[in-house]
Amino acid sequence: MTMTNLDQTVDPLLQEIVGPTPGQRLRGRVFGHMGLLIGVGVLGVLLFIAIFAPLLAPHDPYAQALMSRMKPPVFLGGTWEHPLGTDHLGRDYLSRLIYGARVSLMIGVIAATISGVIGTAMGVAAGYFGGRVDTVVTFLINVRLAMPVVLVALAVVAVMGGSLQVVIVVLGLLLWDRFAVVMRASTLQVRRRDYVTAARAIGASTPRIIWSEIMPNIANNLIVVVTLEMAHAILLEAVLSFLGLGVQPPTPSWGLMVSEGKNMMLFEPWLVMIPGAVLFVLVLAINLMGDGLRDVTAPEDRS
Amino acid sequence: MTDTPVLELRNVTKTYKIKQGLFGTPKPLTAVNDVTLKLNKGDVLGLVGESGCGKSTLAKVLLGLEAPTSGEVLVDGKALGGQDRLALARRIQPIFQDPYSSLNPRKRIQDIIALPLRVHGVGNEASREKAVREILDVVGLPARVLTNYPSQMSGGQRQRVAIARALVMKPEIVICDEPTSALDVSVQSQILNLLGDLRREFGLTYLFISHNLAVVEHLATEVAVMYLGRIVEKTTVANLFDAPRHPYSQALLKSVLTPDPSMDVPETHLGMAYPNPIDPPSGCYFHPRCPAATKLCETRAPRAVQDAKGLVECHLHDEDVAMTTA
Repeated sequence: MTMTNLDQTVDPLLQEIVGPTPGQRLRGRVFGHMGLLIGVGVLGVLLFIAIFAPLLAPHDPYAQALMSRMKPPVFLGGTWEHPLGTDHLGRDYLSRLIYGARVSLMIGVIAATISGVIGTAMGVAAGYFGGRVDTVVTFLINVRLAMPVVLVALAVVAVMGGSLQVVIVVLGLLLWDRFAVVMRASTLQVRRRDYVTAARAIGASTPRIIWSEIMPNIANNLIVVVTLEMAHAILLEAVLSFLGLGVQPPTPSWGLMVSEGKNMMLFEPWLVMIPGAVLFVLVLAINLMGDGLRDVTAPEDRS
Repeated sequence: MTDTPVLELRNVTKTYKIKQGLFGTPKPLTAVNDVTLKLNKGDVLGLVGESGCGKSTLAKVLLGLEAPTSGEVLVDGKALGGQDRLALARRIQPIFQDPYSSLNPRKRIQDIIALPLRVHGVGNEASREKAVREILDVVGLPARVLTNYPSQMSGGQRQRVAIARALVMKPEIVICDEPTSALDVSVQSQILNLLGDLRREFGLTYLFISHNLAVVEHLATEVAVMYLGRIVEKTTVANLFDAPRHPYSQALLKSVLTPDPSMDVPETHLGMAYPNPIDPPSGCYFHPRCPAATKLCETRAPRAVQDAKGLVECHLHDEDVAMTTA
C-alpha cells in the first residue's frame, strides 16, 4: 500500500520516506474505530433492506387478512408464515417493518439535506462575512431556537394535513439551527487562517474562497451534524406519526406502527416493542456513525 | 533605476473602531499612524518593532486586504485604490509567518501553487503544470512533492511552498511577514538565503517585517523602526546598527540576546509594558518608556526630521527644539 505513494522512477535507495497522505491516515483511523464500523454496518444493512424492500418483504404490506389478525411472532409461538406476526388488520408485520425502513430513511435523508442546505448557507455566510450578516443570522437562529419543534410541526401538519411530503418539508425547514450554529463557528475559525488571507491576496473571488478554501476544511463538522439531524428527523417523524399527525395510514411507518399498536400494548406488547426496537437500532446506528466520524476526522486539521 | 518608487505610502493611517462592552461607545484604535515610506526597485526594507505595533496591519493595507482610513498607497506611482484586486495581486504577494497555517491542509502542493495561475486564468492546464514545476525547482523542492499534502512536509519545506505560491505569478513586490520566526533556527538561514537569491534572480523588492534584528541586518538594505503605529526612525542598515538615533531603536538593539551565557539578560531601560494603543500617551508616544524623556516630550509630539542620516522622529534630534530648550 505504501509503495504506491512513492515515485517509482527513483532508485529505491534514494527514496525519501514520505508520510501517509491525509486520505491514507483517515482510512487507518476509520478501520480502527469500532463504533463507526458498527454504525456504518447496521446503517448499510438497513439501507439495503429499504432499497430492496419489494424483493425482501414476504407479503404485501398493505394486504389485509381479517381472518388472521394479531398472529404472534414466531418467537412467541407463531408460525413462519408471518415471522413477526400480524397487526390488528392482519397485515404482515415483517413486511410493514421492511417498507417502514424506506419511510424512515427517506425522511432522515431528505429532511437533513433540506435543513443542511439552509443551515450551511446561513452559517457559512454569517461566519465569513460577519458584521450585519452575522447579526441577522444569529437573530434568526435565536428565533428558531425559541420555537418548540414538535409544537410548530404539529401546528403546521394540523393545518396542511399530514402526509409524507408535508412531514419531510416541515422537518427540513425546522431542523437547520444546529447546522447554522456549527457551520458559523467552524467558518469563523477557518477564515482567520493564513491560507484564506493568502487566497484573498491572490485575488480569488469570494465564492472560490468559500468553496475551495473554507468548505473542505469544515466538511467534517458538516458530516457529523448531518448524521445527528438525520437521527433527529427520524425520531420526530415517529413522534408525529405516533400523535397521528405525521405519516397517514395505511403507509407503513415505524412511528405509525407504534401508534397503532398502543391500544393493544398491555396484551400484545410486541406490537409496540418490535417497531420501537428497530427505531432504536436505526437511531443508535446513525449516532454511532456520527460520533465515529467526528472522532476520525477531527485530528485532521492538526499537522 | 527609475525615479518613481515601486511602492510608496503617503500618510497612511488605519484606524479601527473598538467597541468596549455591550453599550460602550466605540473608541478608535490607530493601528497605523501617518506612515510615509518609499521603496525603490530592488530595495529590501526591514520593518521592525514590538508585537502589536502595527506591522501586520501595514502589511494588510499594502496587500489591499484592508483599505487605509486615510492616506494613499501608490504602486508604480498609481494609487492602489484605483487598481482592481487582480491587477494588484499580480504585483504584490505575501509570504506569511506560519507555514502551518498558510497552506490549505486539504489541498495538494500542486493545487496550492497553481491557485494564483488558476485565479488569474493564466495559460492552460499543461502550461500551468509546467510553471508550477519550474517554480518548485526555483525554491529548491523536488518535483515529487507535487502530489503531497502540507501535513506530509516539514516547516521549511512548507515555507518554500508558500514562497513558490507567492512567486509563481512573478510579482514585483513581496511582503514577507516574519517569514522565518515560526521555523527552526537551522532552517531559518536556508529560507533567508533563498529569499536573498530570489531577490537577485527576479529583481524583487521586499518589505521585510520582522522583530528579529539579526535577520533584518542580514537581508535588508534599509530599516524602518515602528512604534505604536508610527515610523520613529528610518535609515540604512549600516546607520541603524552602528549608531541608532532614536532612543527606542537604541533599546531595541540592546535587547538582542547574545549567545554568551555569562552575560545577563540585557537591560533595555524600556521598563514598563507596551502602552495601550486605544489610549496612547500624550506628546511623544514613547515618552513613558524613554530613558531620555524631558518635560517637552510629555506635551509635544516630535516631528519627523529628515537629514543625511535618515529620518528620525525625536526631540533629541530636532535642531529647532534643541535650540529652544537650550
